[in-house]
Amino acid sequence: MFTCTLKNETYQFRSIADVLAKASEEKSGDKMAGIAAESSLERMAAKVVLSEITLKEIYENPVIPYEKDEVTRIIYDDLNLFIYKEIASWSVGELRDFILSHRTTVSDLFRISKGLTSEMISAAAKLMSSIDLVMASQKIRPTAHCNTTIGEPGRLAFRCQPNHPIDNPEGILASMKEGLSYGSGDAVIGVNPNNDSVESVSRILHMTHDFIQKWDIPTQNCVLAHITTQMHALKKGAPIALMFQSLAGTQAANDDFGVSKEILDEAFQLMAKHGTSTGPNQLYFETGQGSEVSLDAHLGIDMQTLEARTYGYARHWKPFMVNNVSGFIGPETIYDGKQVIRADLEDLFMGKMHGLPMGIAPTYTNHMQADQNDQEIAGMLTALAGANFYMGVPGGDDVMLSYQDTSYHDDASLREMLGLRPLREFEEWLEKMGIMENGKLTERAGDLSIFK
Amino acid sequence: MDIHTIVKQVMEELQKEGQLEGSGRPDVISAKSFNSGTREIIYQNHKQVGVEQPANREEIEKVQSITPARIGIGRTGTRMKTKNYLDFRIDHAAAQDAVFKDVSEELLKELKLPVLYSKSETMDQYLMDLDSGRKLNDISRKWAEENLPKNKQVQIIVSDGLSSTGVEANIRDLLPALVQGLKSKNISLGDPVFIKRSRVWIQDDLASIVNCDCVISLIGERPGLATAKSISAYLIYQPNEDTVEADRTVISNIHEGGVPPVEAGAHLADLIEEILKHNASGVKLAQLK
Repeated sequence: MFTCTLKNETYQFRSIADVLAKASEEKSGDKMAGIAAESSLERMAAKVVLSEITLKEIYENPVIPYEKDEVTRIIYDDLNLFIYKEIASWSVGELRDFILSHRTTVSDLFRISKGLTSEMISAAAKLMSSIDLVMASQKIRPTAHCNTTIGEPGRLAFRCQPNHPIDNPEGILASMKEGLSYGSGDAVIGVNPNNDSVESVSRILHMTHDFIQKWDIPTQNCVLAHITTQMHALKKGAPIALMFQSLAGTQAANDDFGVSKEILDEAFQLMAKHGTSTGPNQLYFETGQGSEVSLDAHLGIDMQTLEARTYGYARHWKPFMVNNVSGFIGPETIYDGKQVIRADLEDLFMGKMHGLPMGIAPTYTNHMQADQNDQEIAGMLTALAGANFYMGVPGGDDVMLSYQDTSYHDDASLREMLGLRPLREFEEWLEKMGIMENGKLTERAGDLSIFK
Repeated sequence: MDIHTIVKQVMEELQKEGQLEGSGRPDVISAKSFNSGTREIIYQNHKQVGVEQPANREEIEKVQSITPARIGIGRTGTRMKTKNYLDFRIDHAAAQDAVFKDVSEELLKELKLPVLYSKSETMDQYLMDLDSGRKLNDISRKWAEENLPKNKQVQIIVSDGLSSTGVEANIRDLLPALVQGLKSKNISLGDPVFIKRSRVWIQDDLASIVNCDCVISLIGERPGLATAKSISAYLIYQPNEDTVEADRTVISNIHEGGVPPVEAGAHLADLIEEILKHNASGVKLAQLK
């Protein structure tokens, strides 16, 4: 039990989970779950309490008990206790100040990352403003390698996302060519299948693999079917460079997703043995605030803290990409543009603080109070904050999944406005193809018919 | 009437009157009225190759015809051209209107649908509190108890869901086709109702009041940019507290560009006949068949 007296009013909080939930910036999903602060001052009282809570108190009170939840177990089992003990007496306020201090180096941040539980990282983010989150995120540049190296300073990568409503191979191929002609596709060429059968998924894997081979493109292919479908396809000999799965921050939600430590361990081993890529990072995860609420598997924990726990879980399998898709579900979790932008900034920081190679998909659905202007703001801010990658969707309109995401045009624009280059190997390929020169698109760029 | 039909009719009118002239941009037809000096602009959207000096124009035209994705659109600098930017914003605006606008009173009157209400009192509440759209409010519940026929085999619900536009575009054709199909099979039917700001699960609530064997919801789908006027049908056999999502049979993508509404009506009548025959819906029905 915590109490805080603020402006002649005393606020009470039942537990650390309650403090975390009420200290969150306003989001509709936390309200729907009935755990959000009821007034602006109650939110501030929770932030004050949170700033005084020590890392040791958080460590000793995981929001979901170790015995009951696999996500908690992974987070605690992977923690470096030597480093944790060095900082256990810090308050969350001190942790925030340490992260933002000029005296704190990048390697200091990577080091303490190993001694922080996800709840601690979530707590620090709740005491940070938009610029705080951008400044902290800019410092931390986790890299990973599959066939390309992602996350190097000065470079920005994209997933080419050439979906088709009924998986028409020619349609997928055409959108893929379009994306590549804009310089999108160095993170991965990743297709969301409409049909989740092993045969259909294998067909798309072969097609994308063959195209990459034919044109000698330094990248990786992926079909974002359920992980068990991909594992079947891989066992049957389908060429997979990167394996995908959506993750959440509670075991209950992961059960709904049909995923567990056992399955992920097997996938990791299978990719090491049968995957086509160099690695060592051969997995691609997607996450986003709100999935646990929408599955009614949140256990009274706020969306942002559950998102942090998802990262604590994800880092166990050393992914090549973690893509944050907050905003994909709808207004019952993230109501409007303001909430999406906040969630994107929080998630980017929290993912990086976990040492993960983070990308952001600033998305919105048509029943949210958000539009293209909000999305572009979120894209620019997170690019400034040093996201590793974005999606690339033809014209920003995903015709299979019915939502909006960053377009091939936005991808090229984000690079140009911030002076960022494609991933090293891929940039050389773009130059060879005559699509890019000295980091700028050529006249030839944006023409899918150059791939004959 | 959809925008294309309107545009076509207006174009024909104008051609008859000899008032049509091109604006220089092939995607927008501008028609000038000489009397008032007002410039009328009629928006039309058809695909065109926006790439300047493409390596192979025919190839781009060909692939544009096999995917609804926005490809071959070209660029100005790194940005979309004006036409494509406006196309995108128009499609998003249509999708937002589909969610946030109400189904018209005229349509509900024309179809003689009684209007019931969920517990959602505002659109915001409906969008953010999913449970509020899953139960009837007290007044509607009482009205249904007192006025709706009980113990019929089938109860039909029309729900605005997430697309009022979907309801507007399809129900006028779909509902009579479905009712006719059920009548021809001698299946007994309660009075169809419209429930404002309602979600799928409200069918469980109404079914418990009217005590039907099968309840079917015709509900506006979450709109995409490609179409904002699609609806889905959710059917369930005798829902109760233990009902799970897998117990529902779903037919989605009902609209002129997908499963046309009249065809869907006939198909749904057949489906209901099967559900009643097997006393099951959803995955259970699929396993029995």
